[in-house]
Amino acid sequence: MDLGAIQRQWELEQLLTDYVHCLDADELERWPDFFTEDCFYRITSAENYEAGLPLGLIYATSRDMLKDRVSALRQANIYEPQRYRHLVSSIKIIGDAADGARPLDVAANLLVVRTMQHGEMMIFGAGRYIDQVKREAGSWKFVSKTVVLDSRQVDTLLAIPI
Amino acid sequence: MDQAREQSISHWPAFQWPAEGNARVPYRVFSDPEVYRAELTRVFLGPTWQFLTLANQLRAPGDFLTTFVGETPVIVTRGNDGQVHAMLNRCAHRGNLVCLKRRGHADDLTCVYHAWRYDLEGNLKSVAFRRGVAGRGGMPESFNLEQHGLKKLRVDTFGDLVFGTLSPDAPPLGDYIGNLIGSRIHRVLHGTPKVLGTTSQILHNNWKLYFENVRDTYHATLLHTFFTTFRVSRLTSEGGVDIAESGAHHASYTRNKVDRVDPASSDKLYAGIPSLRENFRLADPGFLTAVEEFGDDTTTQILSLFPNFVLQQIQNCIALRLVLPKGPDKTELQWTYIGFEEDDADMTALRLAQANLVGPAGYVSMEDGAVGNFIQRAIRGSEKDCSVLEMGGFEHTSEPNRTTEASVRGFWHAYRPLMGW
Repeated sequence: MDLGAIQRQWELEQLLTDYVHCLDADELERWPDFFTEDCFYRITSAENYEAGLPLGLIYATSRDMLKDRVSALRQANIYEPQRYRHLVSSIKIIGDAADGARPLDVAANLLVVRTMQHGEMMIFGAGRYIDQVKREAGSWKFVSKTVVLDSRQVDTLLAIPI
Repeated sequence: MDQAREQSISHWPAFQWPAEGNARVPYRVFSDPEVYRAELTRVFLGPTWQFLTLANQLRAPGDFLTTFVGETPVIVTRGNDGQVHAMLNRCAHRGNLVCLKRRGHADDLTCVYHAWRYDLEGNLKSVAFRRGVAGRGGMPESFNLEQHGLKKLRVDTFGDLVFGTLSPDAPPLGDYIGNLIGSRIHRVLHGTPKVLGTTSQILHNNWKLYFENVRDTYHATLLHTFFTTFRVSRLTSEGGVDIAESGAHHASYTRNKVDRVDPASSDKLYAGIPSLRENFRLADPGFLTAVEEFGDDTTTQILSLFPNFVLQQIQNCIALRLVLPKGPDKTELQWTYIGFEEDDADMTALRLAQANLVGPAGYVSMEDGAVGNFIQRAIRGSEKDCSVLEMGGFEHTSEPNRTTEASVRGFWHAYRPLMGW
């Protein structure tokens, strides 16, 4: 592996690290900044994904729609205080990484533990990120992020993004 | 009331439905394991129709899927006769699950335990080692395959919706649904349904708390602040609720374009109610621009069929919801989002964007996943107390008005006789 590839791997691991720290620290207002303006974001199940069904539990076709998610969570939606802990691993760059013109495909494994205000904890989701990233003004951004959860079941509700 | 029913109730701790009738609901019906067990038999295996599938989810003979009638597992197949069949997913031999997969395709249904083989209609076709080995063992001569098929459900369809029942007493499906609510199903399902995706939500509450919520036209713009603030729906918009004469089924509807009062008066009515927040604006509200699809200005219609099926139209987002009981305080809410084969790409994109409104992460529905659990927690120790359902009076009749709990009372009106109350 050449140094360029090692650096790219490191940069994308940093991107995902920063991303999950932002969510876990409840800094949701920064969350849309990880995306390009015309990004795509979707949370779905492995069942839908593998069947080619397009539905998303959260489905955004612009960064502004991500901002609206955050506004709604902060100002409109009602849910019990809760926090996530994301564990991301096995980050894999897929395909030819040398060509800077096209977005890069990146996949990673994902585990989300949810803790409620009274202390109940559960594995809220296991699955993977299937992402496309590109460099914009010197930093990597998500052009597309598809969260594919292994289970088709969601416990109670899905408020905070993954 | 038949004698068996009377006997099975008589050993319940002394319990009488309150004198106020459908305007009171004793909290114990949401938590008592005995009530729950009785419901599985009397409601879900009783004279009611249970939604099984959309017909086109089983396209070719041999396609099958598995689902539940109450907690009872069933198999639904497309038979070689081209018809949809449904039967218990329980081998007639020793009670094993016959189909393990959620869906698939098979020429016949063979139990993995002892290889008893059924056809797609549930008839027993062969038994492994029926004649034994070298003249020893095997089934007795008297064993008759025809008497040991999978237990069959009656199946009936309403448009593309397939329902089943285990009860010989359920009326034909069309009569069960009736014209009032039936016409409101047809107005939504105007094309060939195409599934856009599914999801499932585990609710930590009794199934009836969710079903009450679905039928509660009063809460929508109060609990779901997203609706109110963006004027997706307000109680001051024109709307109402249709309720089947039996109380069993309902359809509530809104016509947002028609306001009963001017915007300033509407704001005044909502002033002081936390759901109206003046400064909340969306950065990208494009997905809320509905396309007039149904030709009647109805922007929202929530429809329920007793005991556990929901058909929802919120703008152009259409979903089927099935409410499956999983215990006195656990429910699985299964969502199937649909469009139509006739949709163009723009319409599909709009439906997918509007799907943000509903489901476990829905802007106007995520609270429904939690509020039932809040009630379940709050009523502990208060099993002798009752909820109050007097909004709009005491009746359960159709009204051109949504500030009412009439359709919730209708649910209880249909439920109580089944339970012997």
